[in-house]
Amino acid sequence: MVRALEAVPVAAPPVAAGRPARSGWLTRRRRRWLWGLFFVSPWLIGLVGLTLYPMALSLYYSFTNYDIVGSTHWVGTSNYQLLWNDPEFRQALGNTLYLVVVMVPLSLAASLVYALLLNVDVRGQRVFRTVLYLPQMVPTVASAILWLWALNPQYGLVNTILGWAHILGPLWLSSITWSKPAIVLMNLWGVGGAAIIFLAGLQGISPALLDAARVDGAGAWSRFRHVTVPALSPLILFNAIMGVLSAMQYFTQAFVMGGGDTGGTSIGVGNSLQFAVVYLYEVAFADLRVGYASAMGWVLFLMMLIVIGLILKFSVRRVYYEAWRTR
Amino acid sequence: MSTTTDERETSLPDDPLVLPGPGGPGGELPPAPVPLLRRRSVRRATGRTVALLVLAGLSVLVLLPFAWMLVSSLKTNQQLFTVPVQWFVWPLHLSNYSNALSLIPFWSQLANTVLLSVLTVLGTVLSGSFVAYGLAKVDWPGRRLMFGLLLATMLLPGVITLVPTYVIFRDLGWVNTYLPLIVPTFLGSPYYVFLFRQFFLRIPEAISEAARIDGASELWIYARVVLPVSWPVISAVAVLAFVQAWTDYLGPLIYLNQPSQWTLSLGLTAFLTKYSAQWNFMMAAAVVFTLPLIIVFFAASKYFLKGIAFDTDVG
Repeated sequence: MVRALEAVPVAAPPVAAGRPARSGWLTRRRRRWLWGLFFVSPWLIGLVGLTLYPMALSLYYSFTNYDIVGSTHWVGTSNYQLLWNDPEFRQALGNTLYLVVVMVPLSLAASLVYALLLNVDVRGQRVFRTVLYLPQMVPTVASAILWLWALNPQYGLVNTILGWAHILGPLWLSSITWSKPAIVLMNLWGVGGAAIIFLAGLQGISPALLDAARVDGAGAWSRFRHVTVPALSPLILFNAIMGVLSAMQYFTQAFVMGGGDTGGTSIGVGNSLQFAVVYLYEVAFADLRVGYASAMGWVLFLMMLIVIGLILKFSVRRVYYEAWRTR
Repeated sequence: MSTTTDERETSLPDDPLVLPGPGGPGGELPPAPVPLLRRRSVRRATGRTVALLVLAGLSVLVLLPFAWMLVSSLKTNQQLFTVPVQWFVWPLHLSNYSNALSLIPFWSQLANTVLLSVLTVLGTVLSGSFVAYGLAKVDWPGRRLMFGLLLATMLLPGVITLVPTYVIFRDLGWVNTYLPLIVPTFLGSPYYVFLFRQFFLRIPEAISEAARIDGASELWIYARVVLPVSWPVISAVAVLAFVQAWTDYLGPLIYLNQPSQWTLSLGLTAFLTKYSAQWNFMMAAAVVFTLPLIIVFFAASKYFLKGIAFDTDVG
């Protein structure tokens, strides 16, 4: 934002009474600097104290055997080597990647379809929007408990609905194969947040673009493919990245539904709901192996960077920013 | 779409393949009779009906778990375990609610949760708007860099700072207090700062500049000029922060180890471990836990959904 107001102080009458024009060190420019810093300072304190310093600390810990109680030694890269050979970590990573590969694209597609439907000018649109967003308002723990019961193979809601279609539902959380699909299903229930973002994007597409395409004879699919999707592409990218970040840090539902808080040894049947952050939590807060957990955090962080990097690389030619109606 | 465009388009053919004769678009020839289903208005109407039906179906699917939760919370334990599922039971076992609430120290956990949520809202709104003012309304050279940094930290995963932050708070002696959950909210979380900034940028600069010329300080402009016109974004951020604090599980799980400090999230999971087969009680507790958020949502939804729309305005 370029401001032409730079000149105003000169043109304005001598600064109002009570605030004499100061000369010397505290120039107008410096004063603005100080005000800016003043307003930003809470966040700067947080950035240093709650982000940068902890990150440095965690990097340091990852090369030590720090465990809160014992004495701390530098152990070089042995935490990282241990991780490489830790079967439970590998399993947790595999489970987490399942979410990234299956849940993220499915949620993205579902929320996009939902947003497209909500963008159609139908009767009761407001009601549909509210209903769509409602699952977002259910506390995570409450929804985990609700779905634990709803996914009950014999008496649960999901298999009841499948029964209406004469489908014999699977065992869901009691089955190693079906526990992760159960998690995906539960998350599809809550795609409202991403859909609302898409919806706002759809409403931001300039109608002139769609009209132009229509006049040129583009059918509905072609308008969707060549106008809507490119126009939405920045938001698709945004939602994809946010989806990957939250999938890779999936915790609460898995922890509650997998029985992590009961002190059991397995998260979900056969550890099938053991996700990376759940394992990290156990290592850090149950075993107090801070050094090892820190190394795990960094490995996860690097993996997120790689996945997001891949997404960005894939999307670099496919994201268009021009279609936005500039305000 | 306005109705006028609809009328105009009824005469326009759908695609080049059905062009009505040599005249082409805007030609002199009257349009050839188009089959009913191919006419745009009709097709659009059917499209709309299909969308309506699909939306209605999806809404039922979305609402069914809510209904399930409610119905389950009003059954006896025997009624829960029947095939086929009983959707209507009589009498309603409202006593499930009082039983569930007396099995856990519900009221004290509710008080803890409310306290934590209210303080979080206060901290988030104050710090978010404060920092955003510096990024949007004060014209200083560092603000672009600061905004870039802010966006970068928005993408930084919490998993990297989770453990060391715990160690830091532990060394400060803050474990088993609410401080680790509240103090950070007063230091501006990037996403909320971002939402505030996007809103502030749309407030005409002329207003604050006029105050500035009158000798008002930046702090005065922030509190008296900018904040009073920012209710839409304040309420959106307040609701988001409230929901976040109300539903937070990992934070309380790590920092609050004494049952007397527990929030409802922790209380509910403890309940799950203890009475794992009492789904009627559990559903009753879940309903009570969810209800305040639903109320907040409906009370604020007008501002709320608008407020979220800001984050699409990237740039």
